[in-house]
Amino acid sequence: MIRFENVTKAFGSKKVLRGLTLNVPKGTSMVIIGGSGTGKSVTLKCVLGLIAPDSGTILVDGQDAANAADRDAFLARFGMLFQGGALFDSLPVWQNVAFRLLRGALKRPAAEAREIAIDKLRRVGLTADVADLFPAELSGGMQKRVGLARAIAADPEIIFFDEPTTGLDPIMAGVINDLIREIVTEMGATAMTITHDMTSVRAIADNVAMLHDGVIKWTGPVSEMDNSGDPYLDQFIHGRAEGPIAAVR
Amino acid sequence: MGRLLSPLALIGAMTLQAMAMLGRISLFTVQTFSHLFRPPFYPKELAIALLNIGWLSLPVVGLTAIFTGGALALQIYSGGARFNAEAVVPQIVAIGMVRELGPVLVGLMIAARVTSSIAAEIATMKVTEQIDALVTLSTHPMKYLVVPRVLAALITVPLLVAVGDVIGIAGGYTVAVKNLDFNAATYLQNTVDFLEARDIISSLVKGAAFGTIAALMGCFYGMNSDRGAQGVGRATKTSVEAAAILILAANFTLTGVFFSV
Repeated sequence: MIRFENVTKAFGSKKVLRGLTLNVPKGTSMVIIGGSGTGKSVTLKCVLGLIAPDSGTILVDGQDAANAADRDAFLARFGMLFQGGALFDSLPVWQNVAFRLLRGALKRPAAEAREIAIDKLRRVGLTADVADLFPAELSGGMQKRVGLARAIAADPEIIFFDEPTTGLDPIMAGVINDLIREIVTEMGATAMTITHDMTSVRAIADNVAMLHDGVIKWTGPVSEMDNSGDPYLDQFIHGRAEGPIAAVR
Repeated sequence: MGRLLSPLALIGAMTLQAMAMLGRISLFTVQTFSHLFRPPFYPKELAIALLNIGWLSLPVVGLTAIFTGGALALQIYSGGARFNAEAVVPQIVAIGMVRELGPVLVGLMIAARVTSSIAAEIATMKVTEQIDALVTLSTHPMKYLVVPRVLAALITVPLLVAVGDVIGIAGGYTVAVKNLDFNAATYLQNTVDFLEARDIISSLVKGAAFGTIAALMGCFYGMNSDRGAQGVGRATKTSVEAAAILILAANFTLTGVFFSV
């Protein structure tokens, strides 16, 4: 389980998180929605230690994320799909996917790592032909899929997806959504996705949390999302300009 | 009163900013060296950095040195002629290249070629979240990106300086023998006889210092780049400026250390 307790984070005078509290049960898929600049990415990055929260605690299975004794072992439990893919452009696709398997505690022989990488590429619908290409030679959708393959390469217990469908056409977005859902179910992983794509939310989520103004305004099962009665959530999921969320922020 | 004080406030703010930057650079340098001898090591990354910083810089270093050595020979001959001292061309070319021009020009060429490339590459990695991705893949960016580049510069730039010194002297030799009617054997003999071990050691030490500065500045400004294309551009420009200024300042200090007595 991932537990956020009263987490705050400010960048200069801009308070992004103002006491975020949220539980993500083990083995479930939580989708955090909210407008741009509301701190969704910051939330994920705080768990991974990429950004240090100003106060509050983040517990991963009871372990404080900020004070993990063995940082490498802690991070080895996670996989992350970045918004832009964040593929290493100096490495071919298979080395991107097998990055964790080619170095550090999970190091395997190169041939075995390559086999695993090709297997993971197949899992996300890519053929072995792309293994030796460089990321710049791939389309946006293919890059996203390679990023997904990299996120699941070491069979992590927890997977984060940062805007998995941003910049993709609706068909490719559907493909990625289905892949994420399948992978999370099949691996039994705990997933946290941040997005403002409502199609994604309905395809991926077990639970949904609405982040606004640095706090969770509503959280509950995706099946209850449409009848929540929460004015913030209603405005967001229906994409209305009028409502408690200012259209111009 | 406010207006009167504003230039002072500006100077104060700029001084504080400069001190803070110096502090951050010092901390970054200490962190880099603290990671230098602690595993994990990334030999493949080091090999790539050795190739990029050392081997691929050879053409630019060679061309810079040969033209500078040639021009130096012409200048010394022309200047020396004013007081019948044309014969000192081999000695002054040797001392000029080995003590000063070799290390400084190689250092500046490395700042232009390597610092800019490192800063732009790392800054782009930062803005495209590749550095965050490294962290999530249990890889320390200092160890994976910074240490191999700094170590490669520390190893290869003294060698580049040595090559630059030799090629610069060869440039002077060629001009002196072909254009200024110096005897080839005498020229070489004078060069070898005049240079001392201290000259060569100072040249190599300067090379190591300048290489380290060049790589550190590229890494520091790359890792601290702002977002967007403008951020990458600013990081690249500032890294080269900082590297060039620090190289020239370090040159002054090291020259004092080696030759003030």
